[in-house]
Amino acid sequence: MKSLSEIDTVSKRASRAIGFSWGVAEEVGKNIRLLEMFGLPGIKNLNNFFKVKKNSKFENLDLINKDNKSVNFQLCPINVGINFLDQINAIENLGEVTFQKIAYPLLFLPFVSRASEIIGKRLSLKINEREFLLSFNSSIYSNFLTNEIINLAENVSVKFLDNSDSFNQNEWEELYKLSKDTFVEESDSLKQSGAGAGLTDND
Amino acid sequence: MKVELRDPKVIMKLSRLGSFHQSKLSFLRSFLKEFKDWKYKRDLFELDELGYGVAIYSFSKKNRVYSLICFANDLDKNERSDRVIATKWDAAFTLFDGVPTKNDIERLKNEVPKQEVGRLSYKELTLSRANKSVRVFNHVVERLSKGIQPDINLLSKVGYLYRTTAVYGSGKFGLADRFRIKNREEIYGPFRLEMMLVYLVRQFTFDQVNHVARNKNRKKAVNLDIEICKNLGIGNSTGLGMAPFIVNHPTLLHNWISARETALKKIREIKNIRIEDSDLFKECLKKSLKNITSWNTDSEYQQVKIKSLIKDLNIFINYLEKGFNFSQEFAFNDIYLWIEKNSSEECIEYVVSMMMEPYDDIVNPLARKMSSEEDRYFNIPTRRTVEELNKILENNYYRILNIDFSNKKNNKNFWFISKNKEEPRLASRFEEKGSELEQPLAIARDIKKLHERLSLFKNSSTIAKFLTNNQDLRHVVRRAFIIENFPYSEIQDNTIGESIVPIDMLRLKLSFFGALKFDPRSDKWLRICMFQGAPLPDQLKNYDDHWVYNSLN
Repeated sequence: MKSLSEIDTVSKRASRAIGFSWGVAEEVGKNIRLLEMFGLPGIKNLNNFFKVKKNSKFENLDLINKDNKSVNFQLCPINVGINFLDQINAIENLGEVTFQKIAYPLLFLPFVSRASEIIGKRLSLKINEREFLLSFNSSIYSNFLTNEIINLAENVSVKFLDNSDSFNQNEWEELYKLSKDTFVEESDSLKQSGAGAGLTDND
Repeated sequence: MKVELRDPKVIMKLSRLGSFHQSKLSFLRSFLKEFKDWKYKRDLFELDELGYGVAIYSFSKKNRVYSLICFANDLDKNERSDRVIATKWDAAFTLFDGVPTKNDIERLKNEVPKQEVGRLSYKELTLSRANKSVRVFNHVVERLSKGIQPDINLLSKVGYLYRTTAVYGSGKFGLADRFRIKNREEIYGPFRLEMMLVYLVRQFTFDQVNHVARNKNRKKAVNLDIEICKNLGIGNSTGLGMAPFIVNHPTLLHNWISARETALKKIREIKNIRIEDSDLFKECLKKSLKNITSWNTDSEYQQVKIKSLIKDLNIFINYLEKGFNFSQEFAFNDIYLWIEKNSSEECIEYVVSMMMEPYDDIVNPLARKMSSEEDRYFNIPTRRTVEELNKILENNYYRILNIDFSNKKNNKNFWFISKNKEEPRLASRFEEKGSELEQPLAIARDIKKLHERLSLFKNSSTIAKFLTNNQDLRHVVRRAFIIENFPYSEIQDNTIGESIVPIDMLRLKLSFFGALKFDPRSDKWLRICMFQGAPLPDQLKNYDDHWVYNSLN
């Protein structure tokens, strides 16, 4: 089994070799490490993308807008990912961002995961019919469980989820009421002696 | 009195970093301190009469066990090489996490001796190999087998029976990634498991030499005297592989230097020095001279440094003895100001190391802060502005910004990874091919380029906008935001200039390891000795923390 350190180093060097700058290559190394750590096929997708990249053109997207379309070629997932990450504070308020035709979209995913940590919000990523819930770069919840290469996503969307509870007030109160069963009813003498502070605010 | 931390622009110059010496903060010393109350055991020793076979040593405490597995092999003298291109060694080692099963040992027997081309697993923590100093090893076997102890003078000149040529950890070749073990309190200090491996290998070398001598002459043979053992360490040959490490781990480098600088600042701020503390400082200083006078090297570069160190130290000791008053307030501050004014960099840093000796209460908490969660500082704060980044560059790199890289001599070398051994190398970009594959280690040049490129942008532009068309400088943008919070994270020198002395970079790292007697064999590799004078594993319970200065050599 390869260690995550080996995965990071080899991905970084391969990214540099294929033509990305060292700084971008460092990002890719960290990203593939992240994918593999979460059990997603990072190496497989990166390797395939680089094999295709040698003989194909991919389009860059410098400025991320609400709706992003490729003009001539498929979008490069690393370029789009880098700019998504770098511009995350500006695009956070757009609510939802969509992309058409991102090549090897799994390579875009870790940028979104890291962006979730930067802005402190959960992000919902949809790659065609596959859905991913990215929580602060700490977990990835998904219906994508196969170890496969996804070489193109016709439609990708990223939704910025508001920080809100996943339960209603009634559910919370029911649980809170139960939690109070660990408390002790105070008798008069306990009220006098149980707390460390005095009984008036002025003592 | 408040003393300022020393200026990174002075301390982080290569000539200064290349003058660092071991100290109480050094990893091999903090390792011994951490593991002194662990249970040491030799679990297995199955060597044949020539000393070839398997041995296992362990440190354990509660449910935690670390086991060193040693594989000693027959090696043809023509195959013995310290160079990284070697493929066979006298012995190979791995530090195993827990107690290895028979299956583990069988698996590792096939993999560990292959080193870089073998495959390790998450159960193994570190990996190393070592070659005998054949001259010394054979001499010791010969003498012991005749019932007599070896020639101390010969042993003193070399200082070890074996020297390692590489120690790997942190996920290399399939070894356990650091994230698996980083929360273990006993290994909070950097390189602690690498230190454990080297320390236990040292014990193996004594056991092996005794075993071979005994098998040579069962009637007469004696064991190597314990005091002689204590005064032998483990040698190490180190090449350029180590140099990029300190560039590639900026926050870690900061934490090492910052611990040293903080210790110095706190010591200089002590108002009243206790007599026992000043006595200990003077005692360590005087005893340590033996380590310098027995420092053998053929390197002219190092000889000059040693001579100047001895000269400066004698002047300094004379200054101390001719009426320096330790009962005056802030005496260590006065000492520091005096050496800064009157001594070479080599001597300044030597005395700084010595000043830490009496102060466990200052040094020990700092030693636990020398690791780094590097990933936490990886993201670039792209919301910030060009103006802010410019300020960071001008505040933290102003000397570097004055280097003229259009001058060939300032741009002479490039760092690359050799295809043969996947190891870092340095070459002239004007004489050798391959500079298009340069590693991102020319930080000074790229920082200067970044500064020039930023001048074309509006001050109010965000870094996100700047990066859109300047991804080639992304690696130094990241570094610049790191140095803002970690001022000792960057070498304040040109690492590709004509006058670069790469062994300064090696020595910086090795001094933090705790190495003694740096012996440069060229400007690109050197030999050192580790654990010379250290207590043996079964002496750890009550050992003298100042053992470094009590060596007989």
